[in-house]
Amino acid sequence: MITGPRSAVTSAGNGSSSRRPRILGRRAGERALARPTSTSFGERAATWGPLAALVAMCVAFSIFADRFASVDNFQAILDSSAVLAVITVGLTFVLLLGAIDLSVEGVMATCGLGFSLLVLNNRNGWDLGLVAVIPIVVLGAGFGFTSGTLSSRLKVPSFMTTVGMSAIGVGIATLLFGGLQPNILDPALGRWTSGRWFGFTPLTFVAAGCVVIGALIQRHTRLGRYAMAIGSAEDIVALSGVNVSRYKGYAFALAGAFYGLGAVMMTTQLQAGVVEAPNGLNFTAITAAVVGGTLLSGGQGGVLQSAVGVLIVKVLENGLVLLDVSPYLQRAVQGVVVVAAVAAATWPLRARLRVVK
Amino acid sequence: MSVVDGVAAEVGDAPALSLAGISKHYGSVAALSDMTFEVRKHEVVGLLGENGAGKSTLLKVLVGLVEPDAGVMCRDGEPVRFRGVAAAARAGIGMVHQEQSLVPNLSVAENILLGDEREGIRGGVFRWNRLRKLAQCQLDKIGSNIPVAVRTDRLTFSQRQMVEIAKVLAIEERTDFEPVVLLDEPTSVLEGAEVAVLFDQIDRLRERASVVLVSHRIEEVMAVADRIYVLRNGTVAAERTPAETDADELRHLMIGREDAGNHFHYDKQVPCADTPMLDVVELTKDGSFRDVSVTVHQGEVVGIAGVQGSGREELCRAIFGALGTDGGHLVLDGEVMSAKSPRSAVHLGVGYLPAERRTEGMVGAMSVAENMSMTNIGTVCRGPLLDRAKEREVVNMWIERLRIRTPSGDVPMRQLSGGNQQKVVLARWLMSGELKLLILDHPTRGLDVGAKSEVYSLVRELATSGVSIIVLADGLDETIALSHRVIVMRDGEITATVDTPRDDKPSADQIMEHML
Repeated sequence: MITGPRSAVTSAGNGSSSRRPRILGRRAGERALARPTSTSFGERAATWGPLAALVAMCVAFSIFADRFASVDNFQAILDSSAVLAVITVGLTFVLLLGAIDLSVEGVMATCGLGFSLLVLNNRNGWDLGLVAVIPIVVLGAGFGFTSGTLSSRLKVPSFMTTVGMSAIGVGIATLLFGGLQPNILDPALGRWTSGRWFGFTPLTFVAAGCVVIGALIQRHTRLGRYAMAIGSAEDIVALSGVNVSRYKGYAFALAGAFYGLGAVMMTTQLQAGVVEAPNGLNFTAITAAVVGGTLLSGGQGGVLQSAVGVLIVKVLENGLVLLDVSPYLQRAVQGVVVVAAVAAATWPLRARLRVVK
Repeated sequence: MSVVDGVAAEVGDAPALSLAGISKHYGSVAALSDMTFEVRKHEVVGLLGENGAGKSTLLKVLVGLVEPDAGVMCRDGEPVRFRGVAAAARAGIGMVHQEQSLVPNLSVAENILLGDEREGIRGGVFRWNRLRKLAQCQLDKIGSNIPVAVRTDRLTFSQRQMVEIAKVLAIEERTDFEPVVLLDEPTSVLEGAEVAVLFDQIDRLRERASVVLVSHRIEEVMAVADRIYVLRNGTVAAERTPAETDADELRHLMIGREDAGNHFHYDKQVPCADTPMLDVVELTKDGSFRDVSVTVHQGEVVGIAGVQGSGREELCRAIFGALGTDGGHLVLDGEVMSAKSPRSAVHLGVGYLPAERRTEGMVGAMSVAENMSMTNIGTVCRGPLLDRAKEREVVNMWIERLRIRTPSGDVPMRQLSGGNQQKVVLARWLMSGELKLLILDHPTRGLDVGAKSEVYSLVRELATSGVSIIVLADGLDETIALSHRVIVMRDGEITATVDTPRDDKPSADQIMEHML
C-alpha cells in the first residue's frame, strides 16, 4: 500500500472521512468575507471607458470641426498613427511588467540611422533593401534585452537603465550620423509610404499587423501571460519557480524589436536617417498606452487597449489642429488628458492605494 | 524506477517528514530551538501556538524559505536540505499560504500550473484546451468544480483556497514522494460553511498526502488533526492526540505559566477616573467590524483581545482615522471627531504607535531628534525655521525622562536597539503635551524581556498622568496584565468585556473562551 504512494490513493475511497466529528457552521450571524464574483462597475469602466471616450471625441469633433468627419481625414489619422502604434504595442509589454521604458528615442535613433546606412544611400555602398529590416529589428531587441536584463539582474530600476540606454542609443546614432545626413535613395522603399493600398499607406497595414501580432503574443504565449502575471504579483510568480529575470529580459527585448521596426518605418517616411526624428515619441507612446488603459502599475490593460489609446491621442491631435488650436496649447491639452485618464482609471482603486509615489 | 521502489520498500514505515534538533536564530533571538517534530504518512498534524511561538518559522524551514542553523531534516527517512521553494517542491512539499498566493489576473488553470505548464504550452504558445484539461485533473483530485477558465480574482476566498490546494497537489506529478501539504492558518478568513468544506477537503487529502495544519482555533485543530504539537518559545511544549487531551489543557500548554507581577509593574496600576475620554458609538466598517461601542475613560488602559480576523486591528486604525468607516461615530473628550484622517486625529490629541515600527513608525536614516520632533515640528521652530538649539533641549529632556539609551540625539535612529527605538516613537507623541488618547499596536513586538518591562512601566506612568490608552498586545497575558479592562472581539463584534483590576486579574482562559 505505502510503497506505491500515488496509485494507492484513488482506491481508498471516502471511508475514512466519516470517522471524525466535524465543525459545521461555527457561529450564527457570521458574515462572508468573500468577494463578489461578478465584474464590478469599475472594472468594466476601465475596459470600455477608453473606447467610449474615443467615440465621444469623434462625435464632438465631427460637430465642432467641419473638416473632421471625412474619409480623407480618417485615412490621414490612421496613416499618421502607424509609427506610434507599433512603438506603443512594444511599450505595452514593458508596462504590463510594471516597469517603464524611456529608451524609445535612443533605440529608435540608432536603429533609424542604422537602417538608412544599410539600404541604398548617399553615404556608403550598402544596398540590402528590405532585408535590412531584419538586422535592425534584432538590434532593437538587443537594446531592449540589455536594459531589461540589467534592471532585473542588477536590481537597477528600469527607469534608470532605460534612460541610460536611451543616451547610449543617441550617442551611437550621432556617431553614425557623422556630420552628413544619410539620405535613402532606394525608390522601392519610397513606395511603402507614398503608395496606397485601399486608400491607406502600406505602413498602416504593417502597423495593423503589429497590433494583431502583439495582441496574440500578449494573450496566447508564455511571454505575454508571464509579463501580465509578473506585473500583477512578481513575488508569487517567482515562488512558483518561474525565472522572472529571464522573462523580464524577453519582454524588454520584444519591446525593443517593435521600436526597431518603428524606426524603420519612420526612416522610410523621412527618406533619411535623422537622430532627432523620434524625439517626443517616448512620452506620446506612454501617454497612448496609459490613456488606453495599460496602467503604469503593471498587470492591467494590453495591446488592444493601448491601440485604442493611440487612436485617442491621434484623434485629439488631429481634431485640435482642425479647430486651429495653437500647437503649444495642444501639448498642454495632451498633458491634461493623461492625468485625467489615469485618475479615471485608478478611481475604483483609490481606497486600496495607501501611498502613491 | 526500480531504485526508488527499493528505497521505498526499505524505509516503508519512515515518517514522511521528520525534524531533529532544528534551530534557527535571528541575531540573539531564537525563533526555533532544538525542535523535534515528525509527520507520518497519511497523517494530519495540527500545530498550535501563540504569536511568536515559532509556527511560521517552522513552516518556512519545511518549505525551504528559511535554512535552519542546526539540526537534521529527513524526508521518507533520507536526510534532505532545501535551498529554496523549488527544492522543497521537488521533494513533494508545498504550502498553502495564509495570505493567499495566486496571481489575481491569471485564470485558475494558469495559476494551478504556473511555472510547470507541461504540454499546456508548446513552443512558448499556450494550448488552452490541454492546459485546462491538466488543471481540471488537479481540481478533480480534490473534487472541486471551480471553472478553470475564470480569473482568480473573480473567485471567493474559499474557492481560491481550493485552487491553492490543487496547485500544491500538482507537485505530485513532479516528484516520487507522496506530497506533504502545509496549511498556514487556513480557516482564519473563512466563514462556517466554508470551514466545513475545507475540513472535508483535509480528510480527502489524508488519502493521498500528509497534512500539517497551523491554526489559532483549538477546536478546529482538535476536530481534524490526528496528532497535535503545541509550540511555545520556539520549541515543542507538548505532543498530544485529540483523544487524550481537551481544549482547556491545550490552552494552558499554549500560554504557559509564568508568575510575573513584577515584570508587568502591577504596583503602578492605579484605578482610572470616571470621566469618559473616548466614546466609540456603533462604529462599523463593512467586512471588518460592526456596531462596535466602547467607552475609554481618562487614564484607563483598555486592552483589545482577538485572533487574526477579529477586526481589532481595523478598529484601531479606524479610531486613528487611517481607515474609513461605514457607520457610527467617535467622540473624543466631548468633541465629535468628524474629519476622519490621521492628521485630524493627531490634531485632536490622538497618538498611534504602529506595529510595524521599522516601516510605519520611524525613519531609520534620520536622527533620533528628527524622529522625535517629526509630528510636533511646530514646537521646536522659531518662525518658519527650525530652531536646532531648542530641538536639542527638548529632545534631551525626553531622552532623560524616558531613559532612552543613545549616545546623543544626533545618531541615526536605526542604530538604536528595538526597545529604545520604541521609546523614541513614544516620545514623539508625548512631546505635544496635548495627548489625550494613545493607541499602542503591539508595543512590545520584537523586544527582549528587559525592554518589554520598561515599555510596560512607561505605559503605566502615562496612564497615571491621565492619558487614555488602547492596547493591542502580542500575547493574552500581556493584554490582561497591562489593562484596566479587556474587550474581546470575534469576527468583528465585541463578545465580552472583562474588568482586570490589579488585584484580581482573570486568567487567560477566561478571555480565550470569548475569542474562539
